Amino acid sequence: MSNLEFDPHLYTGSLDQREDHAPGDEPEESAGDWIRNANLGLGFSVVLTVASFWVALAHEVWGPAVPVALIVLAIAQMGVHLVFFLHVTTGPDNTNNVLALAYGVMVVFLIVVGSVWIMAHLSANMMPAGAIMHMAP
Amino acid sequence: MSRSDLPAAVATLRRVREDPHRLGHRAHGPEGPVAGTGHGTTGPASKRIIVGYGFWIFLLSDIVMFSCFFAAFAVQSRATAGGPTIAEIVDLRRVAFETAALLLSSYTCGLSFAATNARSRLWTQVFLLATGLLGLAFVLMEAQEFYGLAVRGITPQRSGALTAFFGLVGLHGVHVTVGGLWLATMMAQVQVKGFRQHIVHRLICFNLFWHALDIVWIGIFTIVYLMGSLA
Repeated sequence: MSNLEFDPHLYTGSLDQREDHAPGDEPEESAGDWIRNANLGLGFSVVLTVASFWVALAHEVWGPAVPVALIVLAIAQMGVHLVFFLHVTTGPDNTNNVLALAYGVMVVFLIVVGSVWIMAHLSANMMPAGAIMHMAP
Repeated sequence: MSRSDLPAAVATLRRVREDPHRLGHRAHGPEGPVAGTGHGTTGPASKRIIVGYGFWIFLLSDIVMFSCFFAAFAVQSRATAGGPTIAEIVDLRRVAFETAALLLSSYTCGLSFAATNARSRLWTQVFLLATGLLGLAFVLMEAQEFYGLAVRGITPQRSGALTAFFGLVGLHGVHVTVGGLWLATMMAQVQVKGFRQHIVHRLICFNLFWHALDIVWIGIFTIVYLMGSLA
């Protein structure tokens, strides 16, 4: 580059502050994106929350399906929160966060489902309390 | 003006743009200001990304801890030992108000960070204050619930189901209380120190924490209160 005084901003507008950056620079985030995300998140959350309370209280849904519907609505709302409030995205700045989240979800699933599964079987196979008392010497 | 007349710097720029790997530049070209994670073409990750990632790991560990309490509740929720069942102690009207307070506080928390991005100290403080007041309303409603139960002799030591109930709901309440203290600290720091980089990073972490608490509350009002009221 022979012409060091040349400033491309003046002539072309083709290079702006956002494109040319030093390692470790933090790009400015726009407030508008956050407001839009918060609005969308609130809107979806209100709909899903009202739906949850309606399913549980209105007795319009077939009884055995109610717990399943509640869990589906809760998972949907957690997804809404992750995307619109916690800003988990598919962008390159989020790959590590998404991987950690996937691992966390796996651990939570193992703990909850594993505990319920094991304890339900234990409870089903356990001797009635009276029988244990009679076994004592 | 033909292309060959362009100054050398612009020609260099063109070459950078045409480089499919955009070495040393942003991954998504000029229209997408994307901060990198440190690998690939975007250079080392910014401190904001690293701070957020570290706090995200902490939040996931916190959620794993909550999942243990959820598992305990799922296992114990029918172990009433002749005492009151979960369905007898839930007051869904109060839970609806608690849920509304916490959801609105999440909303104002998101708006407070939008104000931070716009570098508006006034609106950051206004929305943080609204977040804190809604959180306080939530904690007070929960304290009132626990007090009302205790007066009726419904305490954690009564049965396994109640131990799991008070443990899970109380742990969340403690988190919200601690989050409120953190929020007050952040308001003071924003006021005194302004939007320095590390203050903004702390605000990001506080945002993540507060929203994560709302996610846990979704699990609580669904599994403990709504599904508990069915049984």
